[in-house]
Amino acid sequence: MKFDTPAGQNPIDQLRVVGKPTHRIDGPLKVTGTAPYAYEHHDVAPNAAYGFIVGAAIAKGRITSMDLKYAKAAPGVLAIVTAADAGPLGKGKFNTAKLLGGPEVDHYHQAIAIVVAETFEQARHAASLITVQYARAEGRFDLAAAKDDAGPSEPSATVGDFDQAYAAAPVKLDATYTTPDHSHAMMEPYATVAAWEGDQLTVWTSNQMIDWGRTDLATTLGIPAEKVRMVSPYIGGGFGGKLFLRSEAVMAALGARAAKRPVKVAMPRPFSINNTTHRPATIQLIRLGATPDGKITAFAHESWSGDQPGGGPEVAVQQSRLLYAGANRLIRTRLAVLDLPEGNAMRAPGEAPGMMALEIAMDEMAEKLGMDPVEFRIVNDTQVDPENPSRKFSQRQLVECLRQGAERFGWNRRNAKPGSVRDGRWLVGMGMAAAFRNNMNFTSGARVRLGDDGMVTVETDMTDIGTGSYTIIAQTAAEMMGVDLDRVVVRLGDSNFPVSSGSGGQFGANSSTSGVYAACVKLREAVAQRLGFNASEATFADGQVRSGNRSVALADAAKAGEIVAEDRMEWGDLEKTYQQSTFGAHFVEAAVDMATGETRIRRMLAVAAAGRILNPISARSQMIGAMTMGVGGALMEELAVDKRFGFFVNHDLAGYEVPVHADIPHLEVVFLDETDPIVSPMKAKGIGELGLCGVGAAVANAIYNATGVRVRDYPITLDKYLDRLPQMA
Amino acid sequence: MAIATTPQLDAAQPVPASPPPAMPVSLEVNGKRRQLEVDTRTTLLDVLRDHLHLTGTKKGCDHGQCGACTVIVNGERINSCLSLAVMHEGDRITTIEGLGTPDKLHPMQAAFVRHDGFQCGYCTPGQICSAVAVLDEIRAGVPSHVTASLTEAPQVTNAEMRERMSGNICRCGAYSNILEAMTEVAGDGA
Repeated sequence: MKFDTPAGQNPIDQLRVVGKPTHRIDGPLKVTGTAPYAYEHHDVAPNAAYGFIVGAAIAKGRITSMDLKYAKAAPGVLAIVTAADAGPLGKGKFNTAKLLGGPEVDHYHQAIAIVVAETFEQARHAASLITVQYARAEGRFDLAAAKDDAGPSEPSATVGDFDQAYAAAPVKLDATYTTPDHSHAMMEPYATVAAWEGDQLTVWTSNQMIDWGRTDLATTLGIPAEKVRMVSPYIGGGFGGKLFLRSEAVMAALGARAAKRPVKVAMPRPFSINNTTHRPATIQLIRLGATPDGKITAFAHESWSGDQPGGGPEVAVQQSRLLYAGANRLIRTRLAVLDLPEGNAMRAPGEAPGMMALEIAMDEMAEKLGMDPVEFRIVNDTQVDPENPSRKFSQRQLVECLRQGAERFGWNRRNAKPGSVRDGRWLVGMGMAAAFRNNMNFTSGARVRLGDDGMVTVETDMTDIGTGSYTIIAQTAAEMMGVDLDRVVVRLGDSNFPVSSGSGGQFGANSSTSGVYAACVKLREAVAQRLGFNASEATFADGQVRSGNRSVALADAAKAGEIVAEDRMEWGDLEKTYQQSTFGAHFVEAAVDMATGETRIRRMLAVAAAGRILNPISARSQMIGAMTMGVGGALMEELAVDKRFGFFVNHDLAGYEVPVHADIPHLEVVFLDETDPIVSPMKAKGIGELGLCGVGAAVANAIYNATGVRVRDYPITLDKYLDRLPQMA
Repeated sequence: MAIATTPQLDAAQPVPASPPPAMPVSLEVNGKRRQLEVDTRTTLLDVLRDHLHLTGTKKGCDHGQCGACTVIVNGERINSCLSLAVMHEGDRITTIEGLGTPDKLHPMQAAFVRHDGFQCGYCTPGQICSAVAVLDEIRAGVPSHVTASLTEAPQVTNAEMRERMSGNICRCGAYSNILEAMTEVAGDGA
């Protein structure tokens, strides 16, 4: 099915199941520990041996020698594989750096060997006995130092004449912001069980994008894709880190081939942060010019980031092309070459760090103009793409989000004068930011079966990384086939199933349910045909198929045998004709201890407009989860770069701090009532990343309002403002 | 850790491999007596996951930094990754599988489902084991960092629960919902 005209009325609009607050259907398995994650498939490979990966101890250079003899002689060792004996390996389309290094080393902790042994303890010990000699080479590890050598990258755009408009603007802001490298730090480590049967490889792994992973694993091993099966039914978080094939899957496959046994590998936590990908640091220059009434006349956002040779930029300017009006615009992206580990997508790539900077700049500009920050944003709203005014947004309720948020949060109680509200030893402030993230649709397929017991089974290689895919896919099939939720079985994350959108970029929910919609339309046709109904007239409800005055139980259609239908949703030009984006507003109240500088978040509210909300329970959880991650970005998250030796120093969960229970108060989320028929037959958009975009700046602005100290370098740790806090009375 | 090391080894050929040291240990896991012979380096966590196939207990960091491996030993919660199995001779161990099953959920498990106190589910067994033990700790009068008075019994407040749960990281960010689930269970049990 191709979606190339806006959706009319369709069975989803009945909203008997879709749109209803629905507890996760996989919930009972997850809360009892019975949902099997990657490393836990004992049943499929009961004789699996254990693999332990050895990582490079230098950031750049060459391995001059590896002495394996002690490791080989260690108890229980079955095989050791290095680049020297792995045979020729390719590189996956989605990988920048090689997943098995040697003799060249591209980054610190790049995998250089796997040791396979009978037990985990034996493999770990033997790995420690490998002696490696390196010839260390000079590397580039400092973004600020590499900034002037950074080359042009995309996106870039110019509209009107920024320089002239900026020079002429009566009110101006010129400020530079920085965001550090971030780690996904998902709770489940990267893990894979690999088993060969002849030339056929099966990997039970933890991967957001089954088809990408399967294809890249085949490419890396130099075998046809159909020789690889990838299975990933439960994923303990990804946040973009598991979008791509990673080294543990490749090393498990190589280890299993060498040991002639299934091999299981989980990356040790302190290894994964430098071995895998991260969100790259940015330096962002924002210049705004406005007239005294607050209309932006000149808008420039330029961003610098770095990556491995052949890598890509952090597209932090993305939202700045679309979020606010302004006739004269300049958008620039610069990319430096760095020899740090590979930079890549992390939750809301682009907008997450971009909004952290832009929405502080908007706060600063509002203050210069003497305007309320909510009002300043409303004044600069645009209903069309500022770079192409003939192009409208499919839906854009930013202003409504801002107004409702301000009303619900009690924004009118904010004192605009910074540092002027006290509560005992606490300086208290309120801050806000807009939320913005583009919507994307990916081709997504599904197979739907109607069994002779009347059960509807959905099969797709879609993944559930905590987002709630199992549940919204079940809701979609139940709505389409007119059955209760308990009559639907959902099977995900297996490359034997039709290729789906996968999970990432907040495209998963809308794309994958649209694919299920398409397959269900086909199944409805097949059912109608089997029952002798006219498919266009048949209705499906309450387990019955009705047409005219005839009514037959749905299950009866499959009495003569299971009915199977498969289709995929493809997308036409509507995302070119219309700009499809999601909007919101974040409000934060923060308190800063006058004496110690400690920051506490007191209240948070997000108002979001993202099309139809398929399941308000899991959608709200996506929002509060993103807001929590946003607090991390604002207050604590930073991969500290060792600029001499080129690695992230704080590469574990003690050193890389993320929010814990004590950091997060009760979080409020409001969804605006919205359907977006231009986007899909589900009339839904992504929600998983919107909640992260802007929230860090809302925290930063609240701290500024509390203290009067503006910090432009994230994270806003107390060492950056303690000496500037107001004098204690 | 998996970095390549440069151990100061004799240049001579390696000595022949000797089998790893093993010891018997007897544990009571979820009410069942389990007699095992384990490598002395094996953690309680790996015994549960890889020897007994009780994979509900999760390995998130293996370094006591995340709480995903939390189990209840003799009535108190511990990080099972920081504890060697042979240290637990005769101990009573309750894992997530011992609290409830999909058909017969423990009240805390049911509350987590009702309040959507999880997303990816990987930290969830540890959160639930901790949550159950935290309420017991407060009832037993064990003070925490935020308890104002050491002479008065701590109360089940948001601040007490958040403080005591802070060793259990949830990167999906379900904290707000987990607190609601715990509050509901604490209220029911009061």
